[in-house]
Amino acid sequence: MARELAKKQREGDGAVAERTRNAATYTPRFDIVETEGELLLYGDLPGVSKDNLAIDFENDNLSIEGKVEPRHAGHDFVYGEYGIGAFHRSFTITEAIDAEKISAELRNGVLTLHLPKTEAVKPRKIAVKAGN
Amino acid sequence: MTNTLWRPFGGELFEPFGSAGWDWPDNPLAELNRLSTEMDRMFRRFGGGDRSFAPAVAYPALDMWQDANSVYVEAELPGMEVGDLEIYVTGGNQLSIRGERKPPVVEGGTWHRQERGYGQFSRLLNLPCDVKTDGVEAEFKDGVLTITLPKSEAAKPRRLAIKAD
Repeated sequence: MARELAKKQREGDGAVAERTRNAATYTPRFDIVETEGELLLYGDLPGVSKDNLAIDFENDNLSIEGKVEPRHAGHDFVYGEYGIGAFHRSFTITEAIDAEKISAELRNGVLTLHLPKTEAVKPRKIAVKAGN
Repeated sequence: MTNTLWRPFGGELFEPFGSAGWDWPDNPLAELNRLSTEMDRMFRRFGGGDRSFAPAVAYPALDMWQDANSVYVEAELPGMEVGDLEIYVTGGNQLSIRGERKPPVVEGGTWHRQERGYGQFSRLLNLPCDVKTDGVEAEFKDGVLTITLPKSEAAKPRRLAIKAD
């Protein structure tokens, strides 16, 4: 029992979802920057159009899923260094985020996600009064 | 924080985490799942599994396709602008792609992750046949560059007439 608990503590109890379809899904590369007011995410999602992108934020879990249309139907494959398939990645966001104000842009295959922090967690300068 | 540049011809792989070290994943199972996806990407990226796959040692990774009339070369170049790309066809069967990917401009802030790479790149690719240099077209959409190279007449497949006795 103790071992089970320790195992759970180590691994967490987050369910890891597996896909039902055995289609190729790739993990897109992301840059994450935190500024005073927001968390900024940049993700490479080449071939994903606005209509094929789904971004969900629920219970501190940010999920980004992009579908990619087949691009070479009817052509014969000659040589390849990368595969074409859907993108999926999710992040656990520990910062307090104002979910209502999340905004996203997609340009030339790069997703820019703005996750504004809630007012309460933004850093505040505390004025220190000089003592006598 | 210094950006790690791609080394297109150096033979070294792009090092996304720089010298920041390895953070123990919050959820090892999720990390494992991600790893398996990465493995898929490495070994079984074409789904069918019957296609040979060359590991990409240079940036950008390229895919090549063809039909009876044209050769199609494709590269994923997210974040690039058309004006930042230079494409040349030389000697009838060599394709060269050059460009530079610029990092996003962020005033201040703390970088938690930097997995995307930036910098200059160039690649030279030998095409499987001669192409008509004049008819080459390049399209850039959603960060995917597709170059259509019409085959020269001599390179097009020809159906042979078989004489009957």
